Amino acid sequence: MSGVRVLVGTRKGAFVLRSDGRRKDWDVSGPFFGGWEMYHIKGSPVDPNRIYASQTTGWFGQLIQRSNDGGVTWEPVGNQFNYDGVPGTHQWYDGTPHPWEFARVWHLEPSLSDPDTVLAGVEDAALFQSTDGGQIWSELSGLRNQDSGSSWQPGAGGMCLHSIIVSPKDPDRIFVAISSAGAFRTDDGGKSWRPINKGLHSEGLPDEDAEVGHCVHHITMHPLKPDTLFMQKHWDVMRTDNAGDSWVEISGNLPTDFGFAIDVHAHEPETVYVVPIKSDSEHYPLDGQLRVYRSRSGGNEWEPLTKGLPQSNCYVDVLRDAMSVDSLDRCGLYFGTTGGQVYASNDEGDSWEAIVRDLPAVLSVEVQTLA
Amino acid sequence: MIRVVLPAHLKTLVNVRSEIQLEVEGIASQRSVVDALEGRYPVLLGTIRDPTTKRRRPFVRFYACEEDISHDDPEAPLPAAVVSGDEPFFVIGAMAGG
Repeated sequence: MSGVRVLVGTRKGAFVLRSDGRRKDWDVSGPFFGGWEMYHIKGSPVDPNRIYASQTTGWFGQLIQRSNDGGVTWEPVGNQFNYDGVPGTHQWYDGTPHPWEFARVWHLEPSLSDPDTVLAGVEDAALFQSTDGGQIWSELSGLRNQDSGSSWQPGAGGMCLHSIIVSPKDPDRIFVAISSAGAFRTDDGGKSWRPINKGLHSEGLPDEDAEVGHCVHHITMHPLKPDTLFMQKHWDVMRTDNAGDSWVEISGNLPTDFGFAIDVHAHEPETVYVVPIKSDSEHYPLDGQLRVYRSRSGGNEWEPLTKGLPQSNCYVDVLRDAMSVDSLDRCGLYFGTTGGQVYASNDEGDSWEAIVRDLPAVLSVEVQTLA
Repeated sequence: MIRVVLPAHLKTLVNVRSEIQLEVEGIASQRSVVDALEGRYPVLLGTIRDPTTKRRRPFVRFYACEEDISHDDPEAPLPAAVVSGDEPFFVIGAMAGG
């Protein structure tokens, strides 16, 4: 019987939530790695029992954990993320050159074709790859060394590479997004990269249409339309239909277009979900009402989804990697909040229910659809 | 024989509940003790000190004989009571909130 497994990373450990295809009753296991920040946990699309997890603390640094049995047991693998060559510098907050320093892994992206190959997006922003199941990590340094790299500057959350999308049409085409440098694309497997930020407009920049410096919060893609990307920028929801060569704003009738999370329906490439957040200084929903917004037209026309979500006194945030979809029929949606709730919808967002309510602050949510 | 006490999170990582007893070659110093620790438990690589520079991580401290010896020369001999095994060498996760 089909089912789903929801991998939840929190500020104080990881949790694995399991259900059958009805997605009504849930088994919650964890915490795994209690007390550690679990920035991201994601399974291989090829072998769902192979799962990678980023485990970190300010005290003891970075570990990568790997499971070969669907998250029941885990083993630590390689944790050395050494920048390629002499790392050089990027801009610091005060504008001075600052040496690239590894802080943590924000995002793990297992390969679409090989369970032993996985990409890691790290802070300070760089992309690493392992081809041996996470034991040895090598930097794809063409990204950091492209022309603009030395001018990148961290935002308040650090200079993190948080989004990685490998094109299902062409494995040499990879998209990444970095706070607060922008989005970048390679067409040669990571050797060379170029910024893909044309059309982004950020009022916080001296040049509002600059080639780099935009605070991109998250990007997502539907595999059936690999040239179409959706973006939640610091402010503005955007889309591109030419693999990032140009972007257009699709915020439309959203009550606020600030936010972090964005995702696409599993079966409808033009159905998009966001969770509007009040503002960049007030990281909670407008009016204390937690609302997911859905567009069935690829943006601009949005409808609020509220059934089962708190509509008063709710002041949580939904972080950039904390929303995901399953591919069952009907499509399921999941998101976690900084208040420790994980909400699920088994009807494309029409209604919601909390799977769990009192976890530590949720950093990431990934869903595996199991045969 | 050196007795080493790890903080709770690192005990969990190496799957031990109490202190660790280590044989250390040559002069017992912070560096040689951590070398021996990492040699026995490779999962500790990077958790106590930077694997490349060998510098102690900022929120990790070393205590011995009721003293904070974190800022001592990492190559300096440890106190005799630690070397003899009468006192343990503590690896501490500093109180830093969270």
